[in-house]
Amino acid sequence: MLEAFIEFFRQLADDYPRWNFIFFHEPRQWARIVKGLQYTLVLSIACVIFSVIIGVVGAWLQSSPSKLVRHIVQGYIQFFRNTPPFVQLLFFYFALGQFTPSITGPDGWTEVPIISNVGWAIISLSFFAGAFNVEIFRSGIEAVPESTQEAAEALGFSRLQTYKEIVLPLAFRVSLPALNNNLVNLVKTTTQAIGIAVPELLYQSVSIWSDYPSAQYPTMLLLFISFIVIVGVLVLGMHRWEKAMHIPGYGA
Amino acid sequence: MYKKSPIPGIQTAPSTDLPVLKPFNAVAAGSAEDLLFSRWLASTPVWMWLLLGVLILIWPGVTAAAGGYTMTQAFEALWRWLPFIMTGGFFYNVIISFFAMLLGTIFGVVLGLMQISPAKLIRIPAQIVTQIFRNSPWLVLLFIVLLALPYEIEFGDTIIRIPDWVKAVFGLCLPIMANISEVVRGAINSVPSGQWEAANSLAYTRQQTLWQIILPQCFKRMIPPWMNWYAILTMATPLCTLLGVEELITLSRQAIEAENNRPELLVPFYGFALLVFFAYCYPIARATIALERRFAVKL
Amino acid sequence: MPTDNWTDSQPIVSIKDVHKSFGDLEVLKGISFDVMKGEVVCIIGPSGSGKSTLIRCINALNDIQKGSIKVEGIEVHDKHLNKLELRKKVGMVFQQYNLFPHKTALENVMMAPIKVLKESPAEVEAKARDLIEKVRLQGKENSYPGELSGGQQQRVAIARSLAMNPDIMLFDEVTAALDPETVKEVLVTIKDLAEDGMTCMLVTHEMGFAKEIADHIYFTDRGVIVEHGPPATFFEQAKDERTKEFLSQIL
Repeated sequence: MLEAFIEFFRQLADDYPRWNFIFFHEPRQWARIVKGLQYTLVLSIACVIFSVIIGVVGAWLQSSPSKLVRHIVQGYIQFFRNTPPFVQLLFFYFALGQFTPSITGPDGWTEVPIISNVGWAIISLSFFAGAFNVEIFRSGIEAVPESTQEAAEALGFSRLQTYKEIVLPLAFRVSLPALNNNLVNLVKTTTQAIGIAVPELLYQSVSIWSDYPSAQYPTMLLLFISFIVIVGVLVLGMHRWEKAMHIPGYGA
Repeated sequence: MYKKSPIPGIQTAPSTDLPVLKPFNAVAAGSAEDLLFSRWLASTPVWMWLLLGVLILIWPGVTAAAGGYTMTQAFEALWRWLPFIMTGGFFYNVIISFFAMLLGTIFGVVLGLMQISPAKLIRIPAQIVTQIFRNSPWLVLLFIVLLALPYEIEFGDTIIRIPDWVKAVFGLCLPIMANISEVVRGAINSVPSGQWEAANSLAYTRQQTLWQIILPQCFKRMIPPWMNWYAILTMATPLCTLLGVEELITLSRQAIEAENNRPELLVPFYGFALLVFFAYCYPIARATIALERRFAVKL
Repeated sequence: MPTDNWTDSQPIVSIKDVHKSFGDLEVLKGISFDVMKGEVVCIIGPSGSGKSTLIRCINALNDIQKGSIKVEGIEVHDKHLNKLELRKKVGMVFQQYNLFPHKTALENVMMAPIKVLKESPAEVEAKARDLIEKVRLQGKENSYPGELSGGQQQRVAIARSLAMNPDIMLFDEVTAALDPETVKEVLVTIKDLAEDGMTCMLVTHEMGFAKEIADHIYFTDRGVIVEHGPPATFFEQAKDERTKEFLSQIL
């Protein structure tokens, strides 16, 4: 079965030189695609997790009594949401990367920076999406009417209980659609890590088609479909979640 | 308590794009999220500018101790390269964003009108195209267009080379097209159905209703989201550097290389790039929000 | 806290010379009155006369600057007040219902006893179902607030407060946000409660209702009690000019 599949694409490449699906009949190219997909997924998942954590912590810090802390969070948000993420990536990797220490590599003589380009990509993109998440969560919390919190208070709920039982569950539901948009945007933005040579899917695709011009169109197709699928799965999953969290009787 | 809107079907515009709980059932309002980017950009306080500027000023001073490269030297370098970076670089960011917006708008309006067509054969493909281009990474589209477009085209005897920036225009106009398509669809849907019914009862055809009644009403509502997308597009133009298009980042890099790749230059140069984009997009964002407010009042 | 000294024969709520301001604006300028156990008291008056503020102070939702409010002998105006103890005794229903939108009607009623009083969920559920029945909402247990009408939501809110077994119920303009046709169902529910002997304090604009159920009526204006008395005398023989003017506008 698999052999017939491979054979089909080898034949296709012979018959139509422009349609050389090289990654389907050459294991080394297939490995490149798989590796690229892995990096894209790792990058996406890690950034989604870290950016959500940054968002929650940031929203919590924004209600801090210390003015300094609030200003720092505000400065962070302003910086990251008002500049292109791609330039941020370059800024982090090239400009800040030079200040992080290096350790001696496994071979005993090369210097390896503590934070690799993948690490910088995760840091930079997480902070980028995290800045938006802070705002999303904060306004979710603000959207919970004060009177609802008051009602809980009148029933004897402590501040913590009110927060845990009433404010957070409501705030989270309100934040979901905006969070959904932002995370989709984040996954799309991971492609920009190619700018600092992170070997994700776009990087691998570009190197395959520059090595094998005959594989240009097939690789392009694969790349395009892969992202439609990845983003599609995320959108569908988030929509499912939104639906499951939907409060009957409110909103459309 | 929230007010009932005077026109049935039209929700009074919420004062924020961020999640709103208070009027629970107003969350569904369609175009609410269109302006997120501009609203955030416009809300940047002035001290942010100062902070960025100070950061760029101080940085070479901090690193000078290690590198033996003084702050003045770093800024002299930036100053020397400034005309080159701006006229040969940022100029192209503006040109690319301008033409990509132009093309994206034209295609987007057509696609958006197709999306509301009563004919399934037109509507569904338009919806699919919109969703696909809205959900694919801009960079992937850029790369694909770069490869798919030929280097040159022949007109009889004359061969015209297609410059890279033109390809970038085509690559960037695709996601803009898809998003403008959604803006158009959303704006048309935001006109209360009573308007369609009223026009129907006056024996207007569907085409007449659309062009004479509906579009004039929602045209104004499309302008703020349209400007919002322009700001987003401009912020995306540095991606073109990956395709070798000469623009701000590409030339900044070249300048740094010409200065022997001194690491002290990285922060001033890239920081300057951040500031330039900020300075260009900020007024647009402010204007977008101002316009949006003015239109919202009249509605 | 001198709770032990309090007996049924003393006022269940005792308000003495209460002053309250929001910034420079003084909304309560020395209000005093007592409420006995089982009494139904209505507070009426023009908007902005401080009636809602007064009732919120009794539940410590607002603090006061001067004076004293005692509920069953507990001083509310006390920095070391055990708010939980107070709120177990005092239930409150709001103008905007303020149900928890992410919980069903039954869950709204059950939540506080389980989370705050740490009672066993099974017992609470039985009690909550009884309360839902009492406010005549059988069959709506599993509806979410968004699926209920205003009057139904308000009755859930009443049941929710009752689930804490309060000794006193405060009603803050509970019918003001309702459609006219649903006002009655809420008023009937309150009347049932009053007839069961619950101590009730109502801020209301429903004069007919106040006349019908109140034992005592207080008329407030500009932060003071202008006039008070049992409904019969209050409505028929108002002495103060302001009261007369208000009543002539309302009735």
